[in-house]
This record gives sequence, structure tokens and C-alpha cells, in this order.
Amino acid sequence: MDFGFSDEQIALRDQARRVLTARDALGAARRVTEAGLDHDAALWGEIRALGWPAITIPERHGGLGLGPVDLCVVAEELGRSLAPTPFATNLYLAAEALMLDGASEAAARWLPLLAAGEASGTVAIAEGRGELTPEALATRIDGTRIDGVKVAAPDGLAADFALVLARDAAAGGASLALVELGGKGVCRQPEATIDPSRGHAELRFAGAPCTVLGRAGDGWGLWNRLRDRAAVPFAFEAIGGAQACLEAAIGWARERHTFGRPIGSYQAIKHTLADMFVAIELARSNAYYAAWALSVDAPQLTGAAASARIAATDAFWLAARENLQIHGGLGFTHESDCHLFYRRAKLLAVNLGGPRFWRARLAGEIMAGRAELER
Amino acid sequence: MDFQDSASEAEVRADARAWLAANLPDAEARRSMGYGVADEAAALALAKTWQARKADAGWACMHWPAQYGGRGASPIERLIFEEEERRAGAPTGFFEIGLGMAGPTLQAYASEEQKASLLPRMLRGQDVWCQLFSEPAAGSDLAALRMRAVRDGDDWVLTGQKTWTSGAHYADYGIIVARSDPSLPKHRGLTFFFVDMRSPGITTRQIRQITGPADFDDVFFDEVRVADSQRLGAVGAGWQVALTTLMNERLSLGDVARPGYEELVARLRMSEIGGRPALEQADIAARVTDWHVRSRGVAFTRARIITALSRGQEPGPEASILKLASTAMFQEIADFATGLEDQGGVLLAEDRQAGVADFQFAYLFSPSFRVAGGTDQILRNIIAERVLGLPPEPRVDKDVPFNS
Ligand SMILES: Cc1cc2nc3c(=O)[nH]c(=O)nc-3n(C[C@H](O)[C@H](O)[C@H](O)COP(=O)(O)OP(=O)(O)OC[C@H]3O[C@@H](n4cnc5c(N)ncnc54)[C@H](O)[C@@H]3O)c2cc1C
Repeated sequence: MDFGFSDEQIALRDQARRVLTARDALGAARRVTEAGLDHDAALWGEIRALGWPAITIPERHGGLGLGPVDLCVVAEELGRSLAPTPFATNLYLAAEALMLDGASEAAARWLPLLAAGEASGTVAIAEGRGELTPEALATRIDGTRIDGVKVAAPDGLAADFALVLARDAAAGGASLALVELGGKGVCRQPEATIDPSRGHAELRFAGAPCTVLGRAGDGWGLWNRLRDRAAVPFAFEAIGGAQACLEAAIGWARERHTFGRPIGSYQAIKHTLADMFVAIELARSNAYYAAWALSVDAPQLTGAAASARIAATDAFWLAARENLQIHGGLGFTHESDCHLFYRRAKLLAVNLGGPRFWRARLAGEIMAGRAELER
Repeated sequence: MDFQDSASEAEVRADARAWLAANLPDAEARRSMGYGVADEAAALALAKTWQARKADAGWACMHWPAQYGGRGASPIERLIFEEEERRAGAPTGFFEIGLGMAGPTLQAYASEEQKASLLPRMLRGQDVWCQLFSEPAAGSDLAALRMRAVRDGDDWVLTGQKTWTSGAHYADYGIIVARSDPSLPKHRGLTFFFVDMRSPGITTRQIRQITGPADFDDVFFDEVRVADSQRLGAVGAGWQVALTTLMNERLSLGDVARPGYEELVARLRMSEIGGRPALEQADIAARVTDWHVRSRGVAFTRARIITALSRGQEPGPEASILKLASTAMFQEIADFATGLEDQGGVLLAEDRQAGVADFQFAYLFSPSFRVAGGTDQILRNIIAERVLGLPPEPRVDKDVPFNS
């Protein structure tokens, strides 16, 4: 057992933190939020120059071929700084989906472009408010054409292609299909979301050409496997965000005085901060295990990913709301950073399916005896 | 990042598993040596036999140096054996305070001669040790203790009262903090000793707990003579020595109490409620997934600590969260599991070890874990002040002479 980051990973983390601080990623998140942008082009350029988009993409597709743990190291730092770039959508979702079906033509075409940061992809799953089920899916594939409306596609405005979950009558189920967004039959527009530091778009398809990824009819299964995998780096993003909230709250609790004492000397504040710390550390430990499970494709991956997801998004929610609370009236202003984290906490809690979905998924694993720690 | 055993760790695990399978007392015997059984003396005798058997085979305190009976094992090897013990349902108890707290304190402060004579006996279970820290007016505020230690030639004379001392009525030795100079501020006038519990002037009185039995005691010291050679650390340095003991208490990565999450799931997987599998019901699943995530969080945090130790690092601040996170969960699970039994949930059993009312006993027992060894509130204060660096509470009594 060696349950921690390696020296190289710690060096990567330190580099990531330095760069994101030097480039003021948090300031960029504020600018994107205020200007109604899709992402911060300068920061994204910097990240591409550093080669991060290539981290997990195999060498034969022009990537660095590093492991998921390396990706998680970077994810935590991106989450801590709220970096407003399409990195997560490209790597945790689009590239990951193509890698799940690594032999495909689509993988050979798009993975090198993703690795070089020359193209962007998105996934388009949700169709409205409420939990999506296979039965409720309204977007349809008819042979090589797709019709329907998807909402809240992350980075959907900038993306060159989308992986779209749709009903596939011929295959007798749902399929995940690749659609090029620059082509005809596609219409997209930006959507207002709770976290404007990240761009989201509505995608309308009217007979747009599409290619099915993986086995036709297995789209729902593919999406579930994909979100298990994506949940792990997203959990690290949430932990990074939660840690930033904890540090901001500690800083303010030491500085702000009321009744002649720093507010951090009152137990109501102290114990809240201690609870945040405990929640974050428990989440971090769960996330380590999920990163390991992902790196070896352990049979416990689904349960491990769900645990990491639940622990991390709950910890971020706790840390984001209490950070704002500890900042008092200031915390409610647009000028403070509290709301940027408060917004991101919600985005990361619902982006791959809401808390109910993940709890049900974990309960299923527990019931089936697949979440055991047997060694 | 590797959660799996290395080849050599897998070997230790296989050895441990095989040895436990061949040597573990049968279920009946294990029950009779558990905490809280009617015949405590018989239980202690059985537990001593088991501890000696472990020691003979080199499994007892395997992380201790060989000259004291251990085998200098790594933190990971120790964790592996403890995991296997837990998995096999091996008995624990009686020796934890000695091995987990008194032992490390002696290793840090006792003379070579004392270590050579006391530690091997402690490790084999020949001597049982207790911890004489708390007093009626000093629990969380340990440095407020009043037990007097007065120098008299080569001896010290101890007078006063300790309380909540687990196992004092059967312990052979105790570690104790006493006030040697009341004219100094409270943390500075303390001195640390070990005492023979059969010394003239010591009387113990068992205190009955809410669970029924009386595992802990009031301990009265009436001019008890303790040789100066039994002092651990300098005169007046008792607070620093006590901190060593308490640090080991929080580090002794010991068991998460049972029955807990694993037992709850084992039960729910077999249960139907209202004609449907229990775990399929949303309200139950919501609670269970919450405890799953937390109990795994505790287990994996322990793995992080062990990894840090085996890399030769100090464990990071994450070590401070284990007790706080696990004891609250123990209580919540006991409450939930008994509640699921509906009106029958009120039923206790004659024999605590019979296994039919485990969660009911856990319900009664669980509050103690949130109090003993640092209350929830004190642990939050420690995390906030020592780990997160928040300003301390105003302390009106800190820098004034204790007797002012
Ligand atoms: C089963 C059991 C076994 C024990 N075994 C031993 C033993 O072997 N040896 C030994 O020495 N002791 C032992 N103890 C004693 C234990 O260490 C003390 O009970 C514990 O430290 C709390 O002290 P107290 O009981 O005096 O409570 P108090 O310190 O009086 O606390 C009462 C309440 O006030 C809260 N409180 C106190 N100070 C603060 C503060 N600064 N901020 C916020 N809240 C505060 C506490 O959290 C608690 O809720 C045992 C206790 C139990 C229950």
C-alpha cells in the first residue's frame, strides 16, 4: 500500500498551483462571470501551452499517456481556482468517452486534436429540468441523423463536436452519438446558468448527421460508465473548491473582530470550520480511493466513484455556504468571491446527475455486495 | 497511489490470516472474554491467555522494538494485522490503555532498566495498566487537576482523587499526573509518574455505568508513596509528558467500535421491511449511503496516515479527525438500527455478548465514545486552534498561579 500522491505528482500539483495563482485564474472566473463570456481565452491558451489537455490521452493519439491520478492532481487545483476553461469538459468527458471506445475512427480523428488543444468537445445529455430516464429520452437517432433539443451542454458554444445521448429505435435502446456542431442541422445558443463562470449551451438538432459511438443501443450504459469515470476528477475539483472556501473563511475569521475579539475565537465559528475540515478530509480520502480504483479499473470503481462524488459535493456545499455565512453581509456581495464558489458548488453537484442519482447508484452497489473493501 | 498490498504485505496478511484461523479461540470463548460480561475476572484471565499466545507468535505489538517483545514491524504491517484481527472477530480490550498509551509513554521517558522489565510484561498481558488522569474537577480541563505530589526524600507522597479510571480495580500499574507545585500556573506545576496499583494508600471504588457493568473507578490516594525513580520526565514537565500520552491515544489507530456500518449493512442486506428489500427503500438508502461514505472516509484516512508514517513523515492534520468522525457515526447507526426494529427495538438481552441485542447495547454504550479521550467539543477546539490556526479561547486561568 502506498496511499498518497507520488513526488512527481506533488511537483505537478505545485506547478499547477503556481501557474493558476500567477495567472489569477480566480480573477478570470470573475471576469468571465461579469462579462458573460464562455471561458477565459488567455487562461485556456496558457493551459494548452502547458500541455495539460494531453495528460490522459494515450501517446498513440498524441497525448502524454499519464494516469488518472495525475489528472486528479490537476483537477484539484483547477477546482481550487475555479479556472474558467473547457479543460474539464474536454478531458473528463469528451476525451474519456472517445477513449472508452478507443478503437473507433472518431477517437483517431478527435483525440489528437483534443490533446493538442486544437479542438473541443462536449456531452449533451439533459433535455430539461428533472432526472432523465431512458424512457423519457426525446432526442432521436434515425439511422445517421439526429433530432431533438439538449440543454445545459457544458462548453457547448465553443465545442467542435458533441456526444449526444439519444433514443435509437433501430438499435432498440439509446445510443451515444457524435455530432459535429459546425455542420448543418445544428443550432445552438448560450444559456443563463447558476454558475456563469462556465459556459453552457442549448443544442438543437434537426436532422444533423451523426455517428454512433460504441455499440448501438448501449448508449445509456456507456453514459453511466463515462460518468463513473468523470465523477472522479470532478470530485477532486469539488475538494479543491471546498479547500479554497475553508482557507478563505479561516482568513476572514482571524481578521474580522466583533465584540472586541476575532470572530474566529468564538466556538460557533471555530466548530463550523472544524466541521468543514473534517468533511473535506473525509472526502479527500474517498477521492484518493476512487482515483486508485480508476487507475487500475477496479471492480469497485462505481461504488468508489459514487462515494467520492457524494462526499466531495457535500463537502463543497457545506464549505461554500458556511464560507459565505462567516463573511456576513460582505459574503452576499457580488464583490466578494464567496458567491463564485457557492455557484460552482451547485454546478458540480448536478453536472453528472444530481445527488439522488448518485445515492441510488451507490445503494445499488452496496446491495449487490460490490462496494466491499475485500483485500 | 496504490491501495493494494505489495507482495511482502500480502505475505504478512496471509500469515496473519492463517495464524488467526489456526489460533483464534472459538466464538463461545471469545464471547466470554468480551467487555461487560458478568464474570470479569474469568474474562480477564482468558484475555491474558490470548494476549500471551499472540505475544509468543510475535503478533502482539508487532511494531514495538524486538527487545521489548515486538518485531519492529512497519506501520503498514501493524495495520494489516489489526485489519485481519477485526475481520476474524478477534477479541480486543483490557490491554489497550497499556499498549496504546502507557507503553509509548514509558518508551519515551522511562529508564532502560524500567523499559526492559515493564514493557515485555505489558506486551504479554501479564500486567494491566490504567490511566489516572481525570479527576472530579479536571476532565477536559485536565491541567486543573488537584492530586497533590509532595517530595519527601527519595519518594513522592500522593494524595487526592482520580475518577473515571477505566480498569483501575484490576490494573497492576497506572500512569498518573499530579500537582507538584501549586504556586505555579496550572500547566507548569505538574509532574508525571507511574505507580504500582497495589501500593498502600490506594483504594478503588467501581462506578456503575449506564450499560450496567462497572468498567471504571474512583481511585483514592491517601499518602501513597511513589519512588522518585518512577517519575517520568522532569519535575514540573508533567504536562508535556501527558501530551505524549494523549497524542498516542489519538494515534492509536485502534478499532472503529462495533457494531457499526459493516454490521448494519450485513443485516440490511438480509432484511425486508414492509415486504420489500430494506436497502431498496429510499429513506434507508439515504442514511446507509451517508454512513458508507463516512466510514470509508475514516478507513481511507487511516490508510493515508499509515502511508505518511511509512514514508517517514509525520501524519498530517488529517489524523485529528478520526475519532470525531467515527464516534458520532457509531451513535447514529445504533440509534437507526434499533429504530428499524420498531416496538421490538426496545428489547435488551440478558447477556450482552449473546449477539441478539448488539445495537441496543451500542445505543447505550455509544455516548461514552463522544466523551472519553477528548469530547467532541474539545476535539473541534483542537482542530480549529492547532490545525486551522484560529485564535485561542480567552483563558482567564492560564497564566496565574494555580493556588491564587
Ligand atoms: C467510558 C469512559 C472511560 C474513561 N476512562 C478514563 C480513563 O481510563 N482515564 C482517565 O483519566 N479518564 C477517563 N475518562 C474520563 C474522560 O477523559 C473525561 O470524562 C473527559 O475528558 C471529559 O471530562 P469531564 O467528564 O470532566 O467533562 P467536562 O470536561 O466537565 O465536560 C462537560 C461538557 O462540557 C464540554 N466542554 C468542556 N470544556 C469545554 C470547552 N472549552 N469548550 C466547549 N465545550 C467544553 C464538554 O465537551 C462536555 O460536553 C473516561 C470517561 C468515560 C466516559
